[in-house]
Amino acid sequence: MFYREAGDFKTSYAADSQTFPIRLDRYGYYTTLAIAFLFVPLVISDYWANALLLPFLIWAIASLGLNILSGYCGQISLGTGGFMAVGAYSSYKLMTAFPDLNLFIVILLSGVITAAVGVLFGLPSLRIKGFYLAVATLAAQFFLVWLFNKVPWFYNYSASGQISVPTRSVFGYEVTGAEANSEAKYLFILVIVVLLAYIARNLTRGRIGRSWMAIRDMDIAAEIIGVNPLLTKLTAFAISSFYIGIAGALFFSVYLGAVEVGEAFGIQKSFLVQFMIIIGGLGSIFGSFIGAAFMVMMPVLLKNIMVGQLGWATDIAAHFELVIIGGLIILFLILEPHGLAQLWRLTKEKLRLWPFPH
Amino acid sequence: MSADFYYTIEVIINGLMTGVLYSLVALGFVLIFKASGVFNYAQGVMALFAALTLVGLQNGQIPFAPLINSIFGTNLSTFGWTLPTVVAIVLALGVMVLFAYLVERYILRYLVGQDPVILFMATIGLAYFMEGFGDLMWGADIKKLDVGLPQGGNVWLESATEGWAEGFYGFYIDNLDIWATFIAVVLVIGLMVFSQYTKTGRALRAVADDNQAAMSVGISLRAIWVIVWSLAGFVALVAGTMWGAKSGVQFSLSLIALKALPVLMLGGFTSIPGAIVGGMIIGVGEKLFEYSIGPMIGGATENWFAYVLALLFLVFRPQGLFGEKIIERV
Repeated sequence: MFYREAGDFKTSYAADSQTFPIRLDRYGYYTTLAIAFLFVPLVISDYWANALLLPFLIWAIASLGLNILSGYCGQISLGTGGFMAVGAYSSYKLMTAFPDLNLFIVILLSGVITAAVGVLFGLPSLRIKGFYLAVATLAAQFFLVWLFNKVPWFYNYSASGQISVPTRSVFGYEVTGAEANSEAKYLFILVIVVLLAYIARNLTRGRIGRSWMAIRDMDIAAEIIGVNPLLTKLTAFAISSFYIGIAGALFFSVYLGAVEVGEAFGIQKSFLVQFMIIIGGLGSIFGSFIGAAFMVMMPVLLKNIMVGQLGWATDIAAHFELVIIGGLIILFLILEPHGLAQLWRLTKEKLRLWPFPH
Repeated sequence: MSADFYYTIEVIINGLMTGVLYSLVALGFVLIFKASGVFNYAQGVMALFAALTLVGLQNGQIPFAPLINSIFGTNLSTFGWTLPTVVAIVLALGVMVLFAYLVERYILRYLVGQDPVILFMATIGLAYFMEGFGDLMWGADIKKLDVGLPQGGNVWLESATEGWAEGFYGFYIDNLDIWATFIAVVLVIGLMVFSQYTKTGRALRAVADDNQAAMSVGISLRAIWVIVWSLAGFVALVAGTMWGAKSGVQFSLSLIALKALPVLMLGGFTSIPGAIVGGMIIGVGEKLFEYSIGPMIGGATENWFAYVLALLFLVFRPQGLFGEKIIERV
């Protein structure tokens, strides 16, 4: 009754091609933005920010990036952790080399650097596909992590081999470093997330996104109708790595503060993001967000229940978490291979007819 | 002949021995991939799980003891007896067969005909599940596995080759590695004989060749899958035992699965000889690279050498050394 396009008349081209054509979607989007920008900063606490909100937003960027590559362009990548490391280390090098550079520009440039690296490792995708490509991207994962571990230039010859973030502020508020408070961090990341999600949404509706999907669905047919596979795949790798690089830079500079590369950006992180987009939904912007929310929230919830309520040892809880994550992945692949986003889509279809289904 | 020359040979021999172990894991991959087209990421975790089960049974650990203790507040740990190695191996094999059946019954059956990538993701999920499950069942601490194979350097070989060159103290080769090689060779010959000369083996090859044609002549695809996963479980048990005896049963065991991927890219996904030769090449290659170039660039190159080698290989010969030309070129 409320959720439908009938009666929602468009009188201009701009209105016809807007990001959310259905009125209720649009209102939902504005409400979410209003809550995220105006209400959440008022009630945010350090615990909530560090346990849920910041990781959620950062992983949402990473899964947006991977979703562009895997969900939209159909290229499997297991190198997400490695690319995040590239973003993190570029932001570190930029921040220490140019102390006066604005943090926004630092983050942006880290994304650009990661995009270049992503294109480099995306080159094999021009010859191979499927999980052969997945294995090829594993090379990126292991090689990059090793590189940042072994070449002292990347961590500025620090004795511990770690990188730790210098204090930087945006508009007079400290965003990175130990003194920065959660509100500033949260808002800083939120702005980037909203921008990136908006760009991703519109990229995927536009010409580039359609050529990605054409390549994903049937590469030979796409080539015949004039989609250039070389350009399409490399743009997918570039833009995906750009997103992932930004996620890595934020993960290091704003969220963690200090990073040891093997621990923070290991192969487990690649799988984590992969799981996010499977559970959330391949080829869906909204899915990237719910996938990230799900995978961030579940361990916290499980830990609270098992360690907090039942009083089990933490290692048992950790093992249980693995069992549950693994089980969920299999369950999702069997029951709903298109993830939570597909459930949401079905709900919306039902909503269109509700409450008069006939 | 200088000592350096002999040391290089020693590195090569040790590389071959490591390569044999990679081959063992890769073998499990190839078996499953040929029969069901599933790229089984969980093979490494299967090796870990098999080794954990073996140790647990040997020591008479009570499964899920920490979990039971947590829930009921009891204080269980072991049954108080130890099993002879042979019995434990047979029982562990039984567990792996049961596991194969469960995988077919509850996962593969529902995913038939899905995109290979979906199946691959499902096995990643399976790997996570089993890793947690194995740890819950037997505990996550590093365990010593002793199956009665000799350990330590081979004294005979060392003393026999000592003094071949100035400053050369003889080849140092682990007894365990020699045994592992021997067992691997026996295993491969056994598998070859099995697939060439038995009825089930022929059925396996038929399914690998063309599963629809195989079904049409009355071969049960599901039974074949259970058999193949059991075989892979058996191979995982052997590989897990060898690695476990060498470096303790611990989580890092499952990471050798990742090492098996480049082995497969080199050897081809559908070829058993390919898996073996690929394993050797990777084993020797990474040891030699680490020995000759590693010190110049900071060491620990073994982490990535195999992948980069496979990556380069993929660009020039995507089907691998022995693989069939079925890989889709873009």
